[in-house]
Amino acid sequence: MNVLICVKRVPATGGRIVLTPDGQEIDTRYLGFTISPHEECGVEEAVRIVEAAGGSSAVLTLGPAVAEEQLRDAMAIGIERAILLETDGREYDPIATSAAIVSAIRNHEAAHGTFDLILFGNEAADTGDFQVGIRVAVALGRPIVNGIKGITMADGSVTARREAPGGGWETYALPLPAVLGVKEGLNLPRYPSVPGRLRAKRKEVERVAPSWSQTGPVKLGLRVPEQQGAQVEILGRGPDAAPAVVDLLERIGALGS
Amino acid sequence: MSGPVLVLVEHAAGEPDRLSLEALAFASSLAGSLGADVEAVLVGPGSAGVAASLGGHGVRTAHVVADGRLDAYAPAAFASALGTVAEARSPSAVVAPGSDRGTEVLAHLAARTGLPMAANVVSAEPGESWRIVRQRWAGSLLEDATLDAPIRLLTVAPHVVEAADGAAVPAPEVVSHNASLAEADLVVRVTGREAPETGKISLTDAKVVIGGGRGVGSAEQFAELEELAGLIGAAVGGSRVATSLGWRPHSDQIGQTGLRIAPELYIACGISGAIQHIVGCKAAKRILAINTDPDSPIMAVADYAVIGDLHAVLPAITAEVRRRRG
Repeated sequence: MNVLICVKRVPATGGRIVLTPDGQEIDTRYLGFTISPHEECGVEEAVRIVEAAGGSSAVLTLGPAVAEEQLRDAMAIGIERAILLETDGREYDPIATSAAIVSAIRNHEAAHGTFDLILFGNEAADTGDFQVGIRVAVALGRPIVNGIKGITMADGSVTARREAPGGGWETYALPLPAVLGVKEGLNLPRYPSVPGRLRAKRKEVERVAPSWSQTGPVKLGLRVPEQQGAQVEILGRGPDAAPAVVDLLERIGALGS
Repeated sequence: MSGPVLVLVEHAAGEPDRLSLEALAFASSLAGSLGADVEAVLVGPGSAGVAASLGGHGVRTAHVVADGRLDAYAPAAFASALGTVAEARSPSAVVAPGSDRGTEVLAHLAARTGLPMAANVVSAEPGESWRIVRQRWAGSLLEDATLDAPIRLLTVAPHVVEAADGAAVPAPEVVSHNASLAEADLVVRVTGREAPETGKISLTDAKVVIGGGRGVGSAEQFAELEELAGLIGAAVGGSRVATSLGWRPHSDQIGQTGLRIAPELYIACGISGAIQHIVGCKAAKRILAINTDPDSPIMAVADYAVIGDLHAVLPAITAEVRRRRG
């Protein structure tokens, strides 16, 4: 089973996001970088599938040269190969991103064989475009389903499950090769071991120069949304506040008749 | 006259879904700026009945794509059906709710047509170039952008627009379309379902949601949240810390990588308020924070607060509810 996981380097935001003075970027001077929790689960799943079924795993990212760090993180937990579509730091819109990934996958597959399964995070943590995986799958003519929190591989097919609207679960069966958009909750990702990190340092990263284009949406700038500004009303301290809380429950009709 | 604004309306059990009604409200205001009509698109079984009920949501015409092959949800097939209506109507925009399915279907339509798509849009201003505001980081940041295309594809961010009350007005004209589906459109479709746990109130439907974070301390101690929830018909959820530590199932996570809820009241217990959590709960009408730390970030978005240990406060609330009910 040959599995590819696509990831994106994003700042590890904490309690508050601060923008650069021109409002074009997040001020990352004091931030580390990571990939989204959805993608962390995708990396773990790719490693598990190859551990169980044999084959090989690869990780791909489109980003600046420093995104090599995220590729090595993935290799530290067991991904074998890495492909970096190295940009000059410019933001790629979803159409340009997917076109670059499709082209890299086609070239890679021509040399190394078809990926039976390609994984994406359900959406990138930063831009939240919710479409790159689908654009890639449609361009490659492969089936895709998003929102996946459970994967079972079989011979020639994959069964995937996700939460159904209104509760419960729904399942999909896709013939291979296939593409899945995965969500956090798929598994509990392992931590990299020290030997894993050392091995990852020595591995090669395949570099590709992607082409850039712009269709849209075209970013003008970013803003931190205004907080609703409501002053918090302290209902009390400790258990003595209970009557005031129950008054509130009563006011909104939560206690029933 | 501009082409209409088409809105994909999701529905189940004869009812339109809440995010779809929000999308219709968004589309009504957009159509007002364009001087155009709002037209709904419904796919799958039961569409005609739901279509006829949408008059109060600004819908003048409702397009129904009926085909037995669309009985089970199939993302590419639903996109094909939406595309069939779009081809017939030359719309200015196609709008979908920012739900899992709405987003997925619109992304398929975008991929098939090569059109750009903007996800989780908060507002759109038509003009020679359309100015949009959309959410990034699940709403922790807003992006000002332009969107230029023959047909603008956009999903509406959940819980930023209020749905209309749907008061009775003339029913829309319902127009039927034949689907033109390819075999490949039907490869990915729902083939199995597991019903939700019986008696469990869904986090997205509950009037009151009680959320627990690191301060809860363990899976067992969620019993204190469950007890109060059981008493008042609330649903229990957790922060990412609570689900990552295995104290709650991941499907109960409120936040950027989990659910976005919009209850009447959200009670945040032992949750410090990382932005990833706040984006999941800020659509609540009211937030009550129970926390030992009066300076925790959750206080910046809370309407009410109790300063104290949730393990002392929650049992006292539960006892008080029981006392008042006699």
